[in-house]
Amino acid sequence: MALPGKAPPSTLDEFLEGLWRQNPVFVMVLGMCPALAVTVSAVNALAMGLATAFVLVSSALLVSLIRKMVPKEVRIATYIVIIATFVTVVDYLIAAISLELYEALGAFIQLIVVNCLILGRAEAHASKHPPLPAVTNALGMGLGFAIGLFALGSVREIFGAGKLFGVSLFGPDFQPWVVMVLPPGGFFVLGAWLLLFSWWRSRKVTRSPLPVGEG
Amino acid sequence: MPHASPRIELRTSPHVQSGRTVEQIMRNVVLALLPICAFSVWQFGLSVAALILTVTAACLATERFFNWMSGEPGTLSDWSATITGLLLALTLPPSFPLWMGAVAGFAAIALGKALFGGLGYNVFNPALVGRAFVQAAFPVSISTWVPAYVPGRFSEFIPTSFGVPLMLPPDLGRWVSQHMVDGYTGATPLARWKFENQVAGAEELLAGMATASVGETSALLILACGLYLAVRRFLDWRIPAAVLGSALLLALVFHLVDPGRYPPPYFVLLSGGLVLGAVFMATDTATSPVTPRGVWIYGAVIGTVTVMIRYFGGLTEGVMYAILLGNALTPLIDQYTQPRVFGAPRRKAPEGKA
Repeated sequence: MALPGKAPPSTLDEFLEGLWRQNPVFVMVLGMCPALAVTVSAVNALAMGLATAFVLVSSALLVSLIRKMVPKEVRIATYIVIIATFVTVVDYLIAAISLELYEALGAFIQLIVVNCLILGRAEAHASKHPPLPAVTNALGMGLGFAIGLFALGSVREIFGAGKLFGVSLFGPDFQPWVVMVLPPGGFFVLGAWLLLFSWWRSRKVTRSPLPVGEG
Repeated sequence: MPHASPRIELRTSPHVQSGRTVEQIMRNVVLALLPICAFSVWQFGLSVAALILTVTAACLATERFFNWMSGEPGTLSDWSATITGLLLALTLPPSFPLWMGAVAGFAAIALGKALFGGLGYNVFNPALVGRAFVQAAFPVSISTWVPAYVPGRFSEFIPTSFGVPLMLPPDLGRWVSQHMVDGYTGATPLARWKFENQVAGAEELLAGMATASVGETSALLILACGLYLAVRRFLDWRIPAAVLGSALLLALVFHLVDPGRYPPPYFVLLSGGLVLGAVFMATDTATSPVTPRGVWIYGAVIGTVTVMIRYFGGLTEGVMYAILLGNALTPLIDQYTQPRVFGAPRRKAPEGKA
């Protein structure tokens, strides 16, 4: 609970913000390019989510550490250089761990650099907060992004191939829904999730006993 | 406070009403679709009856579900979901597994209608959205055809109809060879023309002998039903006229240029789903232009694109995508074909410059 004075906001709150209340995929609808393009399977989606989370957390830490040194005029360029550094790390890391995955994700690993979620967090949060809250917040956001991607990827893999993490769920006679692994499938599944969440939120609002404003 | 008489009512257009309700129009369209459904059941048997019922039920259930979700009063009674279901079923192959039909019905109402805000707000024809979805999802099943007038069609189902949900439908090869009718190729007239360069005869097409989707076999019956609707002014006769006219004209031109390569015009008209699409799908009032000039353009676009896809595209049939494209163009067409406001000066509209 908030104490009077300069009490920092609860760390848990910072963490949960990205995980749920401001989920990058389902609430802020950021980083749609990888969210739609690489979520053909659960593994790809999870790998992409974790890679993004790693870059997000690392760059948040660094941006937060140097936040007082960077002149305002060149801050965006600085953030981009920092982010690009970590993306390069992830790029080589994934290539070293699994070449197959590396090829499946393709250019989208390098494109993490331009993921608006990461630059947005650096600009809006990390550059204004000390390292601990910045990292906590980034961790929540990164995990929220990974969960969002996983939610897309698992549904698409189940319908598109009858598998989850490559394990067949329905046996060899499964009829794949080809559309689900095509680009339209990404939009359909994302739309379905968005619909589900916004419907759920609107139900919660109407059911809560709080007075609803006239209008 | 007493009302001054005469009372002046202030409200936005429309001020002149036709006195017709949506429900009345929709009911008549359903009525006009019933003979086509009946004919297709007679042709393909029990499986088609089950397919039509399943798809329509799925559409109605989805409509009901979204009513419940949005907390709006029920819109089942306006018959529009019924029309979507019937039309969608008529565009599917007779051997289409029922569970896939249900998926198509759900996609039609959910993606094609409910997400846009319901009847009248949809950009695309819901039935065609449903069909496009299953075409992309189950490309094999939607291009598997069975012969018409199979002897035992009223006593048994086509084996694929009751395919286990989510599983591959059983192979039809044995069933077809048991029941066959010599020289059955398993291809629609359009596919036979495209890949084997065989043009089906007009009498064969007119009699509904062709292997085709459920409801696209009898051009005459569809035209008769469309005529009923057009005479009663439930549909705009210009749209089918423009679609069929432009397709015929284009086909005629191609045929005259190279008769060996391109089929005679009657073939374009009678094969595939062109007539069904032109009469019942392109005429959907929510997704077609409102201005008379716009309607002609819209119809011509659909007819032209259909022929182009059939002649030069990778697909054998192009009616569905042509109509969806026409739907997408509708707002643009409407914008550029606004009639001059009465009394306004005639001028070259400069507003559209890019």
